[in-house]
Amino acid sequence: MEKQKKWFANSYLLLVFAILYAPIIFLAIYSFNSGGSMVGFEEFTFEWYQELFTDTRLFIILLNTLVVALLSATIATIVGIAGALAIHTIENTKYKSMLLTLNNILIVSPDVIIGASFLILFTVMGISLGFFSVLLSHIAFSIPIVVIMILPKLKEMSPSLIDAAQDLGASRWQVISRVILPYITSGIFAGFFTALTFSLDDFAVTFFVTGNGFNTLAVEVYSLARQGISLKINALSTIIFMITLILVLGYYFLSTRKKPVMIGGDE
Amino acid sequence: MKTKNFGRFALIPYAIWIVLFVIAPLLLIAYNSFLDIEGNFTLLNYAKLFSPVYMKMMFNSFLYASIVTAVSLLVGYPVAYLLSRTKHKRLWLVLMILPSWINLLLKTYAFLGILGTEGPVNAFLEAIGIGGQQLLFNDFSFIFVSTYIFIPFMILPIFNAIEKINPSLIYASRDLGASNITTFQRVIFPLTKDGIQSGFQLVFIPTLSLFMITRLIAGNRVITLGTAIEQHFLVTQDWGMGSAIAVVLIIAMAIVMYATRKIMK
Amino acid sequence: MKNLVRALVAIIITCALLIFSIDYLNKAEGYSSDNTLTIFNWGDYIDPDLIDQFEDETGIKVIYQTFDSNEAMMTKIEQGGTTYDIAVPSDYTIAKMIDEDLLLPIDYSKVVGMENIDKRFLDIEFDPNNEYSIPYFWGTVGIVYNPDLLGDMEITSWNDLWNPELENQIFLADGAREVVGMALNSLGFSLNSIDSAELAATSGKLQSLMPNVKAIVGDEIKMLLANEEAALGLVWSGDAAEIMYENEALTYVIPEEGTNLWSDNLVIPKTAKNIDAAYEFINFMLRPEVAAQNADYVGYSTPNAAAMELMDEEVIADERFYPGPDITDELEFYTNIGKANLAKYNDIFLEFKMSGQ
Repeated sequence: MEKQKKWFANSYLLLVFAILYAPIIFLAIYSFNSGGSMVGFEEFTFEWYQELFTDTRLFIILLNTLVVALLSATIATIVGIAGALAIHTIENTKYKSMLLTLNNILIVSPDVIIGASFLILFTVMGISLGFFSVLLSHIAFSIPIVVIMILPKLKEMSPSLIDAAQDLGASRWQVISRVILPYITSGIFAGFFTALTFSLDDFAVTFFVTGNGFNTLAVEVYSLARQGISLKINALSTIIFMITLILVLGYYFLSTRKKPVMIGGDE
Repeated sequence: MKTKNFGRFALIPYAIWIVLFVIAPLLLIAYNSFLDIEGNFTLLNYAKLFSPVYMKMMFNSFLYASIVTAVSLLVGYPVAYLLSRTKHKRLWLVLMILPSWINLLLKTYAFLGILGTEGPVNAFLEAIGIGGQQLLFNDFSFIFVSTYIFIPFMILPIFNAIEKINPSLIYASRDLGASNITTFQRVIFPLTKDGIQSGFQLVFIPTLSLFMITRLIAGNRVITLGTAIEQHFLVTQDWGMGSAIAVVLIIAMAIVMYATRKIMK
Repeated sequence: MKNLVRALVAIIITCALLIFSIDYLNKAEGYSSDNTLTIFNWGDYIDPDLIDQFEDETGIKVIYQTFDSNEAMMTKIEQGGTTYDIAVPSDYTIAKMIDEDLLLPIDYSKVVGMENIDKRFLDIEFDPNNEYSIPYFWGTVGIVYNPDLLGDMEITSWNDLWNPELENQIFLADGAREVVGMALNSLGFSLNSIDSAELAATSGKLQSLMPNVKAIVGDEIKMLLANEEAALGLVWSGDAAEIMYENEALTYVIPEEGTNLWSDNLVIPKTAKNIDAAYEFINFMLRPEVAAQNADYVGYSTPNAAAMELMDEEVIADERFYPGPDITDELEFYTNIGKANLAKYNDIFLEFKMSGQ
């Protein structure tokens, strides 16, 4: 009976995983297709990978994308922690829910609105379009997500913990760094990775606010899609995916072998 | 109380962000919604929203968003729960989120191939005797792919909520003779409400404003409010109408969030 | 906390390394030099070898960025924070851009090779005397279809699309002017009609097409048709050429009721930085052998008559893509019908889309 249940649970998880990974496997398989499109596999080839490694422009775009994602997620996480702390410590419920609503507006808004309104904003502020405008926008739309990820963690923390720390003479910074931050670490990592995801995936906002030759991968893929996806892009995604997978697995096994700290480890 | 100071201290960068990137754009949108295409003041944009076309669109958007959220919850909750019971749960969780780091447009194109007439799914359906089906450009494909995109945002907060449940509570409940179902109903589910609420908001709201997928996967056979906004901003350049829809959408979101908070309490 | 600090340090180091590499690569590729030419063009709308050749000949480094719609392109240039030296808008957009004062007039004392261009594509309503624009590619809107999937059915006109046998067989390009224009033409009206009775009739006719429409899609229409997801599609002729290159079973027809004739043109935006380089590029593209090579790569129809002499005869003789004056004279360019009328077209298109739900 127990065994049967376990079997059922595992096959359910397996099925969900299979579906989540299906399109990625599909992309990966066709990255070896000599046929040139994602229909009808012809012959096995490394052609697209060879083409990829000689394409410096695409490589620069990839690096741009990573820089924007990492920087924006990091800065957004820092501001987001501050914001979550701020919202959490407000006692007036009306004021609090107003702040929360303001916070959530960007999550709520369609990307196009965000993109269009940021475009107007940058025009008003005289910021020219390129790396900086894209970075600012990514930070801006990532902040509320981080806040949302951290707030529940703060809520579950008992206030007596802070009071106790303060009674023991901890300074404000000590309370934050020794008590609060360790407690909400998992929320912070969750927020960071979600922000990273949003940034890597974002097409619409970037499309609006980029210019002067600065491109991220999502925008480049979109313009390449006009010719019906080049399999070079498949090859690139496959490589990116494999690297991420290896990094995640590597980090996990290294960190579990040394001591039982897990990814995003709050334990 | 001293803790208040954290608030003030932390508020500064966050407040700058709110003013610059939330309130300012919001005012711009609100202002734009009262302008017609020639840039003159008008209320016509809002009047137009009550025409049958837009009413139908609003109704459809909410309907599809509800379905996608419900499916995400029904599929995602057990996943979050089962994941939290696995041995290397953090690893599995990251592996679950990993696919969303691959460019969305690419995955969408992959789905065009997978669900296409010559795709593997149809090949499978034919092999087992069901026969080829039209899987693209209909309600099914839209709901399926939307759920695919958003389900990690449902799983993640629920997983976090389950994680923070004190295991002794569950043992206690079992010791007191509660069945698994009762334990779930009385202990686990109530304690994960916050997670469900976050998940609900992270799925329902973006689904309302999805675009691109509506064209790529649903062939414009599903038109959400987000699609209409995108069209008005990027194609028809009727920013006034686009802004008016946006205002309504934002108000609707506020109501939805307020309501979820009330219900979840 | 230790975890967090460690993660932060790792991220900062990674970013520094990444930025350093980007800088290094940009320098190595010459993108950071002063003598660059920034081109804003449609995706895959120039032979990359020609860009290399241009760079080698002139020593100018080309930065190439793409857009997916005239409107998106115009928004970027209007914003003012961009410095594109060359852009490639379509006919009616050029009229709009002239209206909004976004373009620099062409100084013809600096242009060499204008005489190569076919007179049919010069001095058109959207830009009288070509004060601001130089033709780049042109084409029509029509029907691409797959005879294998249609049996012995003949497709020659827009009205053939309304055949009840074609249920769920048509892909439409997602463009209001194109789809509404098709319906207007099918009723014998001008595709620039602003007559409300004509537009009302068109709206009704269009909605009766819905059962035959499988989907209304964007650029992916090329892939979908080449993969035989449906039998027919309303497409631009250039896309049709690409589809037929991918899948030889398909063919293209210019409907007999008439259709849209379009042209994309090189312009210099007001915000351009390197105007001399822009002229060098224009002159380069006007050269017959360059235009011929470009047309061969892109697959669209070139307006460069001198280039046509250098091209494959079979290509030039193909009336589907190089229709003679007898056909093109009957076709219409989109005119700038004004914002209010354009809004009507968009409303009709939206109602059409919603009628299928």
